Amino acid sequence: MNASERKVDIVKKVECPECGSEVTLSDGVVENEILDCTTCGVELEVVSLKPLKVELAPEEEEDWGE
Amino acid sequence: MKKIKLGVLFSRLRLEEKLLFEEARKRKDVELVPIDSRELILSLDEHPKLDVILDREISQSRALYALQLFEGSDVWTVNSFEAVRIGGDKMLTSKVLHDAGVPTPNVKIAFTKESALGAIEEIGYPVVLKPVDGSWGRLMAKIENRTAAEAILEHKAHLSSYYHTVFYIQEYVKKPDRDIRAYVIDGETIGAAYRVSDHWLTNAALGGRTIPCPVTPELNELCLRACKAVGGQAIAVDLMETPHGLTVHEVNCAMEFKASMQSIEKNIPALLIDYCVKAAQGHQPKPKATLKTGDKTKAMAHA
Repeated sequence: MNASERKVDIVKKVECPECGSEVTLSDGVVENEILDCTTCGVELEVVSLKPLKVELAPEEEEDWGE
Repeated sequence: MKKIKLGVLFSRLRLEEKLLFEEARKRKDVELVPIDSRELILSLDEHPKLDVILDREISQSRALYALQLFEGSDVWTVNSFEAVRIGGDKMLTSKVLHDAGVPTPNVKIAFTKESALGAIEEIGYPVVLKPVDGSWGRLMAKIENRTAAEAILEHKAHLSSYYHTVFYIQEYVKKPDRDIRAYVIDGETIGAAYRVSDHWLTNAALGGRTIPCPVTPELNELCLRACKAVGGQAIAVDLMETPHGLTVHEVNCAMEFKASMQSIEKNIPALLIDYCVKAAQGHQPKPKATLKTGDKTKAMAHA
């Protein structure tokens, strides 16, 4: 089971692992949330809140959908 | 008060899942258990200590295997393995809709590029060629003539997945610059939105914008029949408007609703959680799909 329970209540910044730009995380961001890097457009996943850490989100697979 | 233990199967936490989690956490009668499929290790006699599992898995194959194993226990799943199997396969969806008498576009299936060309010409140009297991308008082709058909079939035959040699060929339905996305939860069409685009594909994933759509008696009736046909509990139904009335072209089990939220008054995440609670409390009859595939196959599907 997953630990995506906790929220970050203050604005925080992380470095985009793709382009190195600063990415601002909004108030209330949760673990596993998907974000866009506004500089390079890559999708990021919040993999940890304490410490705050993002990684490149998994790329779209052929069986993804609704 | 005994809390309902609600598992939510996911691997990608989009806005939809975030809202569902927020909604579930507001409820005093619900204990939310997020289930990240990336961390799962499942056994053949899986018995999750949960009352109900809501499938929000973005990967169709992961959802199917997980749901099949979860359903070996007493846990209720929304939607069921069978509904997800049908909804995730365009051929099966077309078949159940057709068998249930729900208006749906004419479709032919072929397994070689030569027979696919024959099927295309039987239907007549233009046609739409779709992957049987695709979503979001991915790899769909509107084919206007034989030259285009030959080129696209040649390319499809060389794509990596063997599913691309299952050729799903659908008549092209002339429609306005929009289609309809309607949501059915707990036997009710709770809202609908037009998806408008200048492109023939109106998927929100491809930039189609949404505006409110009234739930007419015709729309409601077709959506409920489509939902029943796939054995769905909480689904999205995609329909097109034709001169002869509405036609259902797709059913989505782990439906996305982000793009429709501004056009629908009802709170979809809240209704989904409400339904899961109700289902877990045993107030729901188990829905069954209406796939007519012969006794042997049917027995396997429901095993």
